[in-house]
Amino acid sequence: MRLLYFAWVKEKVGVAAEEIDPPAGVATIAELIDWLKARGPEFENAFARSEVIRAAIDKRHVRHDASIAAAREIAFFPPVTGG
Amino acid sequence: MIRVQQEDFDIGAEIARLRAGRTDIGAIVSFTGSVRDQSGEVTDMTLEHYPGMTEAELQRIEAEAQARWPLQASLIVHRYGALMPGDNIVLVVTASEHRDTAFDAAKFLMDYLKTGAPFWKRETGPGGARWVEASAHDEASAARWTKPKRAAE
Repeated sequence: MRLLYFAWVKEKVGVAAEEIDPPAGVATIAELIDWLKARGPEFENAFARSEVIRAAIDKRHVRHDASIAAAREIAFFPPVTGG
Repeated sequence: MIRVQQEDFDIGAEIARLRAGRTDIGAIVSFTGSVRDQSGEVTDMTLEHYPGMTEAELQRIEAEAQARWPLQASLIVHRYGALMPGDNIVLVVTASEHRDTAFDAAKFLMDYLKTGAPFWKRETGPGGARWVEASAHDEASAARWTKPKRAAE
């Protein structure tokens, strides 16, 4: 699946997008965040306050308990500040 | 209708286009959001967004407004990219038979856009650049619109 990062999440992880293949046990957004955090200090730092991180699956907002089973594109970003 | 663009917009021209050839509209409300310099603290701003999701979210929010109120027309235009103090950021226009509908729907659109549309502001000032933090006030404004629905459940 494709991961996208925006705003300060992107700056902290150091990439805008990447392809990942998480292990089968990673079933939800929260579990994906935990898996990402173990990949390196930049991910640990970006997701340190994981409760403030927002997520979208295939361009729709989702909560951290959402299943990622059918996801093609998952995005992580801070709370939005447009308008 | 929704549009996401780098270019500026002309409020008068947008409203003229929206009402062109129509004689059924009784009330038009418009809201324009612009970049504030915050007493010299902001010299420029960059608006990042999530192409694809931005358009989908704005369409979803507009459809929600049209489901809640008898709108005759609506328009959301949101800019992205590099902006300067005084520049336009966002335009919301609503048209209906009566003013209350247009006012309420315009506020709803802005409140939902503020908390749902995937835009992020990065401000630059004398002290450097920083990402703007989301405001609890915006969350509270958007949450108000869900109360009547909950009460009915």
